[in-house]
Amino acid sequence: MDIPRYWRLKNQRYRLQGKKCLDCGNLSFPPRLVCRKCKSRNCEPYEFKGMGTLYSYTTIFQAPDRFDQMAPYMVGLIDLEEGVRITAQLTDVLPDDVQIGMKLEMVIRQIYEDGPKGPILYGYKFRPVLKF
Amino acid sequence: MSSVMKPARKVGIVGYGSYIPAYRLPATEISDLWRDGQDKLFLPVKQKSVPGKDEDTATMSIEAAKNAINRAQVDPKKIRAVWVGSESHPYAVKPTGTIVSQVLGIVPDTVSADMEFACKAGTEAMQAAFAFVGSHMADYALAIGMDTAQGRPGDALEYTAAAGGAAYIIGPAEESVAILEGSYSYITDTPDFFRRAYQHYPEHGNRFTGDPAYFKHITSAVKNLFEGLNLTADDFKYAVFHQPNTKFPQKVAKMLGFNKDQIRYGLLAPHVGNTYAGASVLGLTDILDNADAGDRVLIASFGSGAGSDAFSFVVTDKLKESVGRAPLTQQYVDRAIKINYGKYARWRKKILK
Repeated sequence: MDIPRYWRLKNQRYRLQGKKCLDCGNLSFPPRLVCRKCKSRNCEPYEFKGMGTLYSYTTIFQAPDRFDQMAPYMVGLIDLEEGVRITAQLTDVLPDDVQIGMKLEMVIRQIYEDGPKGPILYGYKFRPVLKF
Repeated sequence: MSSVMKPARKVGIVGYGSYIPAYRLPATEISDLWRDGQDKLFLPVKQKSVPGKDEDTATMSIEAAKNAINRAQVDPKKIRAVWVGSESHPYAVKPTGTIVSQVLGIVPDTVSADMEFACKAGTEAMQAAFAFVGSHMADYALAIGMDTAQGRPGDALEYTAAAGGAAYIIGPAEESVAILEGSYSYITDTPDFFRRAYQHYPEHGNRFTGDPAYFKHITSAVKNLFEGLNLTADDFKYAVFHQPNTKFPQKVAKMLGFNKDQIRYGLLAPHVGNTYAGASVLGLTDILDNADAGDRVLIASFGSGAGSDAFSFVVTDKLKESVGRAPLTQQYVDRAIKINYGKYARWRKKILK
């Protein structure tokens, strides 16, 4: 079990909280201690809206043990509206329906169960935007 | 008869949101597997909703609550109570409400608890929220009814045990899309359906779940509400009842004097199955999606064990502008990806490696 890490990363995983450099405005996800652009440490938490487009994707059939319950599953590279590219699982979409460039939105889903007695890890995944 | 329950301060529904997972298992799949299709002409529902392999009551509650917050346009920090009613909480011990509150940015200044009363845990959460806001302890409270119901393979309940539910932001009447007129709760010790500790699937009393349980409690709660508010079925534009199948809600509606037109919205069981603690509250969202200002709406839940909560609401002119801020319940109903029994069995962890 990795309880302290799950707890420490909850805002990152639940609310897509990264960092914004207060000197040059650069955004990062996952959050970085030092701005990758201007090397400043003057950064504050920044919540991404969770909207993006699919840059590319693949399907995982041979999953790591912890993800075995979810396999097969798709993992995408997603360009967030704010200009940052992140990696996340795709959900609620069939492989035949996935298209590069499709609009995606963040949802919270189970990532994995840490064994039958351990905590359930929740976090962001992306699905096609629900139209309404 | 005791008096109808009314809070000291006028309260209502400020925002509402629904959620139904995308996947559907046709009832014919179950019938073919367990009974060679012998009961194909008598199936209790057409299909049922099935949660994705990464969904549970917490994730689905988050989806519905996000929709409710979008409709209410309330700052999550002002929500001072988060109550999640379900009989399928992901943890035996660890409140689902903590996960929901953290994700939605409601933490830390709030109370939270998981409610359990079989299929009426959702309206139980609403009752508590009405009282909390109605006593001025808070301006907003979040009440959720949500379930990922489990049916024993081959059992009659496997046809209907489904997933889905709704979330409500309860707040002051002057901000509400539907104002609470009054409520009536009615319970007795009736062991029609139960699940003992450490058991994976519930047990039920077959036909005993009908007359002494479902019909007795709903009709008692609703008749007492009618009497207390001096209303009859004719005074309501719409009504929704707990829906364990297609037949029961139609029959209880008729017993109480409602016609088919009054229950045309909200009767979702044929298309999504029985969403347990989510069923009646999900039906109410479908009514609100279609209601007009001035419409009076009845909701009566049923929870085995057993009891019923009945509420009377009057829709306000604030409803129309809020409906379009989140997906309609019918859009979730229509978002249907059919799966076969094998996939259902794996996703619902009925196959052990």
